[in-house]
Amino acid sequence: MILSKLAGRPVLLAAGLLAALALPWFIYPPVALDIACWALFAAAVDLLLGFTGLLSFGHAAFWGGSAYATGLIALHSGLPFPVAVLGGAAFAGVLAVPIGFLSVRLRGIYFAMVTLAFAQMVYFVSNQWRDATGGENGLQGIPREFFGVDLSDPFFFYYAALPFILVGMFVAWRIVRSPFGRVLVSIRDNPNRARALGYSIDRYKLLAFVLSAVLSGLAGGLFTIGHGFASLQGVYWTTSGQAVMMVVLGGIGTLWGGAIGAALVVELNDYLATAGFEETGIITGSIFILVVLLFRRGVWGTARDLIAARTNRERPAPEPVPKVDASV
Amino acid sequence: MLQQAFNGLVGGAFYALLALGLAVIFGMLGVVNFAHGAFYMLGAFGAFIALDSLGLNFWLALPLVPVVLGVLGVVLERLFIRRLAPLDPLYNFLFTFGLALILQDLVKRQYGVQSQPYPRPSALDGSINLGLFTYPAYQVFVLAVSVLVCGAVWVVLTRTRVGMIVRAATEKPELSRALGIDVGRWVTPVFGFGIALAGFAGVLAAPMRAVNPLMGSDLIITVFAVVVIGGLGSVFGSVAAGFAVGLVSALGNYYVPSLSQTLVFILMAAVLLWRPAGLFGREEAL
Repeated sequence: MILSKLAGRPVLLAAGLLAALALPWFIYPPVALDIACWALFAAAVDLLLGFTGLLSFGHAAFWGGSAYATGLIALHSGLPFPVAVLGGAAFAGVLAVPIGFLSVRLRGIYFAMVTLAFAQMVYFVSNQWRDATGGENGLQGIPREFFGVDLSDPFFFYYAALPFILVGMFVAWRIVRSPFGRVLVSIRDNPNRARALGYSIDRYKLLAFVLSAVLSGLAGGLFTIGHGFASLQGVYWTTSGQAVMMVVLGGIGTLWGGAIGAALVVELNDYLATAGFEETGIITGSIFILVVLLFRRGVWGTARDLIAARTNRERPAPEPVPKVDASV
Repeated sequence: MLQQAFNGLVGGAFYALLALGLAVIFGMLGVVNFAHGAFYMLGAFGAFIALDSLGLNFWLALPLVPVVLGVLGVVLERLFIRRLAPLDPLYNFLFTFGLALILQDLVKRQYGVQSQPYPRPSALDGSINLGLFTYPAYQVFVLAVSVLVCGAVWVVLTRTRVGMIVRAATEKPELSRALGIDVGRWVTPVFGFGIALAGFAGVLAAPMRAVNPLMGSDLIITVFAVVVIGGLGSVFGSVAAGFAVGLVSALGNYYVPSLSQTLVFILMAAVLLWRPAGLFGREEAL
């Protein structure tokens, strides 16, 4: 019993690492990169949704905003791609400060609608500001270069990008496990009590929002370098919705679940696209609705409960689905 | 300038109708209906299908399509929304998001992304001389009908017994229940009515806007901003903000064209800074 308890985490971690390392051997490498980027994006969204109780429906602003910033740096500076990607992530963080400042004062559904509206503002600005963003055409021909090493082969670029994804995931995990993360969870569970304990909850929420935006920006920047272009699609609200969908599919509040959600959605979209079925929303929307109606703990949430029940029968009943603060 | 203002009010007419439905549904059920734009789109396609395959003209589609969509709304509420209602409002928001994806892509699969033609009703084909300028008759009709419908809903809500019950249940559901009002009984018809309103706006839009599967998906986000400006729980605030936002964006478009589309969101940010609950919202609703 104790052995399985000890073995649980490292084994899972090793399995996850192995899966991440082996991915491009089994899956078409550009698709593997998409999965990795979306997995980090989903973890960033879950950091807010699952651990702070904030459903952001506007994270496309950070993913897509960083995509443009990363693309512009890479196109015009000639600097190696990590600099461009980190610059994009920093830009997303800066963008998140005013948006977060105005949004975190609202709760639940209000927060979702307002973040969505701000993201749409970023979309319209990106569309209008043709000189910088290329408007409808987007940014094209973004180089993929690392101190003279050409990384245009998607297989190699996957391994160049993977350390950033893993560090991003680790940061998300550290945030959740830190004292700061515990405060976030307490704000999620009982904001009044957290306030009474003396925590300035808006400031905590804002910091969580900005951190989440930075990680989203990191993911969006890697995605942009990987594809060599940045487009309006990245800042459109369907991108925000897709990330939330992956989190719910994988399991809210599980952090790693989003990676499974990302793999499922990206693979499904890729499969449907190669089969010539363009209206992917019919299928992904239906699956999503089924999960929301019947399967709210998501794939990883359910699996985790089963594993826990198997390895340790003394463990108390599984945690309830994380409550999202949406008191209206 | 005056003509621009008039354009703004016509645009605002659509915002107002959609925001009204959204506000009534939110007030009664606590559901933010992400699929509202999709139902608006279905309204326009309903008018197109009625004309194209059933030979029903605009005047028949105008009452008929909203009724059909309203029934669809009732079925949806009974089958799904109701089941998710006891949970966190988040889940109904996500449910309607998935629904919007499905509806939009189903129509896209059937009709493609090209816009479908829809002629103006012949009685409203000309222009009307409004004294200072002439204006297309159909646009004048849209504005008049929208004002009329919003006014009628307002009268029903404030002057009738049904309206009183719905308002009470919207604003203080617990207290209404304690006073013996069966709140649950009114939830389904109100949801159906809100969906019907979205469909109605869609039929109105068909002769003057492009009828295509994506017509609702941009609009819905703007309507969300409108509702936030007006105050989410407030029916009056939503309608007033609808017309006001239409006006402001048309005038903005005239003076600073590059800002036209972001102006709504700038306005929203300004209102939020000043009054986090919206212009007519109550602070405790937050």
